[in-house]
Amino acid sequence: MSRTGVPPFEWFYESHKSEVLAFLRRRAGRDRADDLFQETFLHALRAYGRLEHGEHLRAWILTIAANAVIDAARRERPAGQLVQEPVDVDERPAFEELAPLTDGLPPTERAAVVLRYGYDLDYDAIGAALGSNEQAARQAASAGVRRLRKEKEQR
Amino acid sequence: MTGIPTVLDERFRAAAAASGELDVAYDLLDDTPVGPLLVGVSDRGLCRIGFDPEPEAELERLARDFGPRVLRTPRALDQVRRELDEYFAGRRHDFDLELDLRTAPEFHRRVLTELSRVEYGRTTTYGTLAAQVGSPRAARAVGTVMNRNPIPIILPCHRVVGASGSLVGYGGGLDRKEWLLRLEGALL
Repeated sequence: MSRTGVPPFEWFYESHKSEVLAFLRRRAGRDRADDLFQETFLHALRAYGRLEHGEHLRAWILTIAANAVIDAARRERPAGQLVQEPVDVDERPAFEELAPLTDGLPPTERAAVVLRYGYDLDYDAIGAALGSNEQAARQAASAGVRRLRKEKEQR
Repeated sequence: MTGIPTVLDERFRAAAAASGELDVAYDLLDDTPVGPLLVGVSDRGLCRIGFDPEPEAELERLARDFGPRVLRTPRALDQVRRELDEYFAGRRHDFDLELDLRTAPEFHRRVLTELSRVEYGRTTTYGTLAAQVGSPRAARAVGTVMNRNPIPIILPCHRVVGASGSLVGYGGGLDRKEWLLRLEGALL
């Protein structure tokens, strides 16, 4: 038997491909979105066989997409040269602003902060995306925010 | 929900097939002379041919048998598609395809291996196959194996008939069995 509740990848891909592409276009611009789209789903495919269950797959794929955007931005920008790029107007805090600010955080805290404040995911979904739970996600996000505040004070 | 550009979709599917990360790559062949077919390959070879595919059930079954990384990737099925086309056109009598029978129970595998030796245009009987695998009284069990054949056409269960020459049955329906036997000249 396969792990319970993990749907065939075809269904997972068909369910989320439009949203992931729209998300990537919004965050990284149309030109870069195509490459990031492929990178995102190939990454998901590699990890898919190890999933223990089929819950919160939307949050999971959006996290992978968010990380792909962060990594691409990091590849393109030498450290210390943070250029503000034009992004589509969006009522949520611009991810492009948040990503470089959170670069110095430990990975889990960074992911929690970005997902909470950049994407407005709830803690339950973030916990699932991080492979932990709601409370751990809440703690990671608040630890991240505290760390950011401290860094700002020291600057 | 709106789709994504076809080019992008095809590019991802091709990259997924090339990545070697898929448990099963499949495609739907919509217009074969025996109706629509679902064909699937694993890293070991052809693992499924399904008649009248209901993709929902087929995909779940593939995921259960081989793993959840099941994706429609037409290009990965190029060789299978070409060989089937040639067969349906009467230009191919043998297939050059690796087969993946890992999910078949031991008895099934023995019977299917014996079945694979029945040549194009010939027929055999359930009883003969049973005797060939050393279980002469197991004709009925051989019938069950035929009925559950995961790779019909390639593993030619259509060439197995009753002792009296009657067609008996076929997992894909008797019409198809008859069509395949006529194609091969085994029925006039």
